[in-house]
Amino acid sequence: MTHPLVTDPPEGVTGQGFYLTSLEKAVALARKNSIWPLPFATSCCGIEFMATMGSHYDFARFGSERPSFSPRQADLLMVMGTVAKKLGPILKQVYCQMAEPRWVMAVGACASSGGIFDTYSVLQGIDQVIPVDVYVPGCPPRPEQIIDGLMAVQSLVGTESLRRRHSESYTQLLKGYGID
Amino acid sequence: MYYNQTMTDYLALLMLGIVVVGFVALTLWGSHRVGPKRHSNVKDAVFECGIESKDNARVRFSYKYFLVAILFVLFDVEIIFFYPWALNVETLGWDGLVKVGMFVSVVLVAWLYLVSHRVFELEASSS
Repeated sequence: MTHPLVTDPPEGVTGQGFYLTSLEKAVALARKNSIWPLPFATSCCGIEFMATMGSHYDFARFGSERPSFSPRQADLLMVMGTVAKKLGPILKQVYCQMAEPRWVMAVGACASSGGIFDTYSVLQGIDQVIPVDVYVPGCPPRPEQIIDGLMAVQSLVGTESLRRRHSESYTQLLKGYGID
Repeated sequence: MYYNQTMTDYLALLMLGIVVVGFVALTLWGSHRVGPKRHSNVKDAVFECGIESKDNARVRFSYKYFLVAILFVLFDVEIIFFYPWALNVETLGWDGLVKVGMFVSVVLVAWLYLVSHRVFELEASSS
Protein backbone atom coordinates (compact mmCIF):
# COMPACT_ATOMS: atom_id res chain seq x y z
CA MET A 1 0.00 0.00 0.00
CA THR A 2 1.39 3.37 -0.95
CA HIS A 3 0.63 6.17 1.46
CA PRO A 4 -0.34 9.49 -0.09
CA LEU A 5 2.03 12.33 0.65
CA VAL A 6 1.00 15.32 2.69
CA THR A 7 1.86 17.48 -0.28
CA ASP A 8 -0.58 15.66 -2.57
CA PRO A 9 -3.86 17.58 -2.76
CA PRO A 10 -7.06 15.55 -3.05
CA GLU A 11 -8.99 15.43 -6.32
CA GLY A 12 -10.35 18.76 -7.30
CA VAL A 13 -10.33 21.63 -9.73
CA THR A 14 -7.22 23.76 -9.75
CA GLY A 15 -7.10 27.17 -11.35
CA GLN A 16 -5.07 30.32 -11.10
CA GLY A 17 -5.08 31.23 -7.43
CA PHE A 18 -7.85 28.91 -6.35
CA TYR A 19 -8.57 25.26 -5.71
CA LEU A 20 -11.92 23.56 -5.44
CA THR A 21 -12.79 20.22 -3.92
CA SER A 22 -15.69 18.63 -2.06
CA LEU A 23 -16.31 19.52 1.59
CA GLU A 24 -15.74 15.91 2.57
CA LYS A 25 -12.26 15.85 1.02
CA ALA A 26 -11.33 19.23 2.51
CA VAL A 27 -12.47 18.15 5.98
CA ALA A 28 -10.66 14.83 5.60
CA LEU A 29 -7.47 16.63 4.60
CA ALA A 30 -7.68 18.87 7.65
CA ARG A 31 -8.55 16.03 10.00
CA LYS A 32 -5.93 13.55 8.90
CA ASN A 33 -3.06 16.01 9.16
CA SER A 34 -3.90 17.29 12.61
CA ILE A 35 -4.55 14.15 14.65
CA TRP A 36 -4.02 14.94 18.32
CA PRO A 37 -3.08 11.76 20.14
CA LEU A 38 -3.99 10.88 23.71
CA PRO A 39 -1.25 8.54 24.95
CA PHE A 40 -2.60 5.88 27.28
CA ALA A 41 0.73 4.27 28.06
CA THR A 42 0.82 1.53 30.64
CA SER A 43 4.04 -0.34 29.97
CA CYS A 44 6.99 -0.85 27.64
CA CYS A 45 5.14 0.11 24.45
CA GLY A 46 4.80 3.52 26.09
CA ILE A 47 8.59 3.79 26.21
CA GLU A 48 8.67 3.11 22.48
CA PHE A 49 6.06 5.82 22.04
CA MET A 50 8.27 8.25 23.97
CA ALA A 51 11.02 7.52 21.45
CA THR A 52 8.47 8.03 18.66
CA MET A 53 7.52 11.42 20.08
CA GLY A 54 11.15 12.46 20.43
CA SER A 55 13.21 14.37 17.91
CA HIS A 56 14.75 11.30 16.28
CA TYR A 57 11.52 9.76 15.00
CA ASP A 58 9.55 13.03 15.21
CA PHE A 59 5.93 12.08 15.54
CA ALA A 60 5.09 15.77 15.21
CA ARG A 61 5.66 15.85 11.47
CA PHE A 62 2.29 14.15 10.97
CA GLY A 63 0.47 17.02 12.68
CA SER A 64 0.50 15.22 16.01
CA GLU A 65 2.83 17.59 17.80
CA ARG A 66 0.31 18.23 20.49
CA PRO A 67 -0.24 15.10 22.61
CA SER A 68 -3.46 15.74 24.47
CA PHE A 69 -3.52 14.61 28.08
CA SER A 70 -7.18 15.41 28.32
CA PRO A 71 -9.60 13.22 26.37
CA ARG A 72 -11.74 16.27 25.56
CA GLN A 73 -9.44 17.61 22.86
CA ALA A 74 -7.98 14.32 21.64
CA ASP A 75 -8.71 12.69 18.29
CA LEU A 76 -6.75 9.46 18.63
CA LEU A 77 -6.56 7.28 21.71
CA MET A 78 -3.28 5.40 21.63
CA VAL A 79 -3.37 2.48 24.04
CA MET A 80 0.14 1.24 24.58
CA GLY A 81 0.80 -1.61 26.93
CA THR A 82 -0.88 -4.20 29.08
CA VAL A 83 -4.38 -3.31 30.19
CA ALA A 84 -5.50 -5.21 33.26
CA LYS A 85 -9.17 -6.02 33.67
CA LYS A 86 -9.35 -3.50 36.51
CA LEU A 87 -8.10 -0.82 34.14
CA GLY A 88 -10.77 -1.71 31.56
CA PRO A 89 -13.52 0.61 32.92
CA ILE A 90 -11.02 3.47 33.26
CA LEU A 91 -9.97 3.06 29.64
CA LYS A 92 -13.60 2.94 28.61
CA GLN A 93 -14.43 6.13 30.51
CA VAL A 94 -11.49 7.94 28.91
CA TYR A 95 -12.70 6.76 25.50
CA CYS A 96 -16.27 7.84 26.21
CA GLN A 97 -15.11 11.33 27.19
CA MET A 98 -13.32 11.90 23.90
CA ALA A 99 -15.11 14.18 21.48
CA GLU A 100 -16.37 12.79 18.19
CA PRO A 101 -14.87 11.95 15.77
CA ARG A 102 -12.45 9.71 17.63
CA TRP A 103 -10.15 6.90 16.67
CA VAL A 104 -8.37 4.22 18.67
CA MET A 105 -5.02 2.62 18.04
CA ALA A 106 -3.94 -0.48 19.95
CA VAL A 107 -0.15 -0.51 20.09
CA GLY A 108 1.63 -3.74 20.84
CA ALA A 109 0.64 -7.31 21.46
CA CYS A 110 -0.81 -6.67 24.93
CA ALA A 111 -3.22 -3.94 23.91
CA SER A 112 -4.18 -5.88 20.78
CA SER A 113 -4.68 -9.33 22.24
CA GLY A 114 -3.33 -9.56 25.79
CA GLY A 115 0.02 -10.68 24.46
CA ILE A 116 2.00 -13.04 26.64
CA PHE A 117 -0.24 -12.25 29.62
CA ASP A 118 -2.78 -14.99 29.02
CA THR A 119 -3.98 -14.80 32.60
CA TYR A 120 -7.16 -14.17 34.59
CA SER A 121 -6.20 -10.58 35.42
CA VAL A 122 -5.35 -9.16 32.00
CA LEU A 123 -7.78 -7.94 29.38
CA GLN A 124 -7.31 -10.07 26.27
CA GLY A 125 -7.22 -7.10 23.93
CA ILE A 126 -8.74 -3.67 24.46
CA ASP A 127 -11.32 -4.36 21.74
CA GLN A 128 -13.25 -6.16 24.45
CA VAL A 129 -14.18 -2.79 25.97
CA ILE A 130 -13.79 -0.20 23.19
CA PRO A 131 -13.82 -0.34 19.38
CA VAL A 132 -10.33 -0.30 17.87
CA ASP A 133 -9.44 1.12 14.46
CA VAL A 134 -5.80 0.14 14.02
CA TYR A 135 -3.72 -2.60 15.63
CA VAL A 136 0.06 -2.30 15.71
CA PRO A 137 1.83 -5.65 16.21
CA GLY A 138 5.05 -6.07 18.12
CA CYS A 139 6.30 -6.74 21.63
CA PRO A 140 7.06 -3.86 21.83
CA PRO A 141 6.77 -2.43 18.32
CA ARG A 142 9.59 -0.26 17.06
CA PRO A 143 8.89 3.46 16.58
CA GLU A 144 8.75 2.85 12.82
CA GLN A 145 5.86 0.46 13.38
CA ILE A 146 4.02 3.00 15.56
CA ILE A 147 4.52 5.59 12.81
CA ASP A 148 3.20 3.07 10.27
CA GLY A 149 0.17 2.58 12.52
CA LEU A 150 -0.39 6.33 12.67
CA MET A 151 -0.22 6.51 8.90
CA ALA A 152 -2.80 3.72 8.72
CA VAL A 153 -4.98 5.83 11.05
CA GLN A 154 -4.38 8.81 8.77
CA SER A 155 -5.59 6.89 5.73
CA LEU A 156 -8.66 5.76 7.71
CA VAL A 157 -9.37 9.35 8.77
CA GLY A 158 -8.76 10.60 5.25
CA THR A 159 -11.24 8.21 3.66
CA GLU A 160 -13.96 8.25 6.31
CA SER A 161 -17.35 9.47 5.22
CA LEU A 162 -18.55 12.63 6.95
CA ARG A 163 -21.84 10.89 7.64
CA ARG A 164 -20.33 7.85 9.36
CA ARG A 165 -20.50 9.26 12.90
CA HIS A 166 -24.16 10.11 12.41
CA SER A 167 -25.01 6.72 10.95
CA GLU A 168 -27.11 4.01 12.54
CA SER A 169 -24.40 1.38 12.06
CA TYR A 170 -21.97 3.47 14.11
CA THR A 171 -24.51 3.87 16.89
CA GLN A 172 -25.04 0.12 16.82
CA LEU A 173 -21.27 -0.44 16.96
CA LEU A 174 -21.01 1.68 20.10
CA LYS A 175 -24.10 0.04 21.57
CA GLY A 176 -22.34 -3.29 21.13
CA TYR A 177 -19.76 -2.01 23.58
CA GLY A 178 -22.40 -0.61 25.91
CA ILE A 179 -21.60 3.01 25.06
CA ASP A 180 -24.46 5.48 24.68
CA MET B 1 5.56 62.11 -7.54
CA TYR B 2 2.39 63.18 -5.87
CA TYR B 3 -0.19 60.49 -5.23
CA ASN B 4 -3.65 61.43 -4.09
CA GLN B 5 -4.56 59.15 -1.22
CA THR B 6 -8.22 58.40 -0.66
CA MET B 7 -10.11 56.05 1.58
CA THR B 8 -10.73 53.74 -1.39
CA ASP B 9 -7.06 52.73 -1.17
CA TYR B 10 -7.91 50.99 2.07
CA LEU B 11 -10.80 49.07 0.51
CA ALA B 12 -8.59 46.05 -0.14
CA LEU B 13 -7.55 46.04 3.50
CA LEU B 14 -11.17 46.19 4.58
CA MET B 15 -12.02 43.28 2.26
CA LEU B 16 -9.10 41.29 3.67
CA GLY B 17 -10.38 41.96 7.18
CA ILE B 18 -13.87 40.82 6.24
CA VAL B 19 -12.50 37.65 4.61
CA VAL B 20 -10.29 36.84 7.62
CA VAL B 21 -13.00 37.37 10.23
CA GLY B 22 -15.58 35.70 7.99
CA PHE B 23 -13.42 32.63 7.43
CA VAL B 24 -12.75 32.18 11.14
CA ALA B 25 -16.41 32.69 12.03
CA LEU B 26 -17.59 30.37 9.26
CA THR B 27 -15.20 27.53 10.14
CA LEU B 28 -15.95 27.78 13.86
CA TRP B 29 -19.70 27.87 13.26
CA GLY B 30 -19.47 25.18 10.56
CA SER B 31 -17.46 22.69 12.61
CA HIS B 32 -19.79 23.28 15.54
CA ARG B 33 -22.83 22.76 13.35
CA VAL B 34 -21.70 19.96 11.04
CA GLY B 35 -19.35 18.05 13.36
CA PRO B 36 -20.62 14.95 15.11
CA LYS B 37 -21.53 15.14 18.79
CA ARG B 38 -22.28 12.57 21.40
CA HIS B 39 -23.63 13.27 24.84
CA SER B 40 -23.93 10.94 27.79
CA ASN B 41 -23.55 11.12 31.55
CA VAL B 42 -19.97 9.91 31.23
CA LYS B 43 -19.15 12.30 28.39
CA ASP B 44 -20.53 15.33 30.19
CA ALA B 45 -18.92 14.49 33.53
CA VAL B 46 -16.74 17.22 35.02
CA PHE B 47 -13.66 15.14 35.70
CA GLU B 48 -11.75 13.24 33.10
CA CYS B 49 -9.10 11.09 34.78
CA GLY B 50 -10.95 7.86 34.06
CA ILE B 51 -12.02 7.17 37.63
CA GLU B 52 -15.53 7.98 38.75
CA SER B 53 -15.57 10.93 41.09
CA LYS B 54 -17.26 10.69 44.48
CA ASP B 55 -17.82 12.89 47.54
CA ASN B 56 -17.65 16.66 47.70
CA ALA B 57 -14.39 18.60 47.58
CA ARG B 58 -15.89 21.34 49.79
CA VAL B 59 -14.75 19.86 53.08
CA ARG B 60 -13.03 21.65 55.95
CA PHE B 61 -9.44 20.89 56.78
CA SER B 62 -6.97 22.45 59.15
CA TYR B 63 -5.32 25.73 58.11
CA LYS B 64 -2.04 24.32 59.41
CA TYR B 65 -1.49 22.39 56.17
CA PHE B 66 -1.48 25.69 54.32
CA LEU B 67 0.74 27.33 56.92
CA VAL B 68 3.34 24.57 56.80
CA ALA B 69 3.24 24.59 53.00
CA ILE B 70 3.79 28.34 52.73
CA LEU B 71 6.56 28.24 55.36
CA PHE B 72 8.23 25.46 53.41
CA VAL B 73 8.22 27.66 50.31
CA LEU B 74 9.60 30.56 52.35
CA PHE B 75 12.52 28.63 53.86
CA ASP B 76 13.11 26.75 50.63
CA VAL B 77 13.55 29.99 48.69
CA GLU B 78 16.05 31.25 51.27
CA ILE B 79 18.32 28.36 50.32
CA ILE B 80 18.72 30.03 46.89
CA PHE B 81 20.67 32.89 48.54
CA PHE B 82 23.34 30.43 49.62
CA TYR B 83 24.19 29.41 46.07
CA PRO B 84 25.90 32.65 44.93
CA TRP B 85 27.80 32.75 48.22
CA ALA B 86 28.84 29.10 47.94
CA LEU B 87 30.11 29.65 44.38
CA ASN B 88 32.21 32.67 45.42
CA VAL B 89 33.15 31.51 48.89
CA GLU B 90 36.89 31.93 48.27
CA THR B 91 36.72 35.46 46.84
CA LEU B 92 34.27 36.65 49.50
CA GLY B 93 36.38 35.22 52.30
CA TRP B 94 35.71 35.91 55.96
CA ASP B 95 33.76 39.04 55.14
CA GLY B 96 31.25 36.96 53.15
CA LEU B 97 31.04 34.36 55.87
CA VAL B 98 30.15 37.03 58.43
CA LYS B 99 27.44 38.43 56.16
CA VAL B 100 25.97 34.98 55.53
CA GLY B 101 26.11 34.38 59.26
CA MET B 102 24.07 37.54 59.81
CA PHE B 103 21.54 36.37 57.22
CA VAL B 104 21.32 32.92 58.82
CA SER B 105 20.84 34.44 62.26
CA VAL B 106 17.87 36.48 60.97
CA VAL B 107 16.35 33.33 59.44
CA LEU B 108 17.08 31.48 62.67
CA VAL B 109 15.21 34.12 64.69
CA ALA B 110 12.23 33.71 62.36
CA TRP B 111 12.42 29.94 62.74
CA LEU B 112 12.65 30.17 66.54
CA TYR B 113 9.63 32.48 66.53
CA LEU B 114 7.66 29.85 64.58
CA VAL B 115 8.82 27.08 66.89
CA SER B 116 7.85 29.11 69.96
CA HIS B 117 4.35 29.46 68.48
CA ARG B 118 4.23 25.68 67.91
CA VAL B 119 3.49 26.08 64.19
CA PHE B 120 5.14 22.81 63.25
CA GLU B 121 3.17 20.75 65.77
CA LEU B 122 0.30 19.60 63.57
CA GLU B 123 -1.38 17.74 66.41
CA ALA B 124 -1.44 20.77 68.74
CA SER B 125 -4.91 22.14 69.35
CA SER B 126 -3.97 25.84 69.15
CA SER B 127 -0.98 27.92 68.16
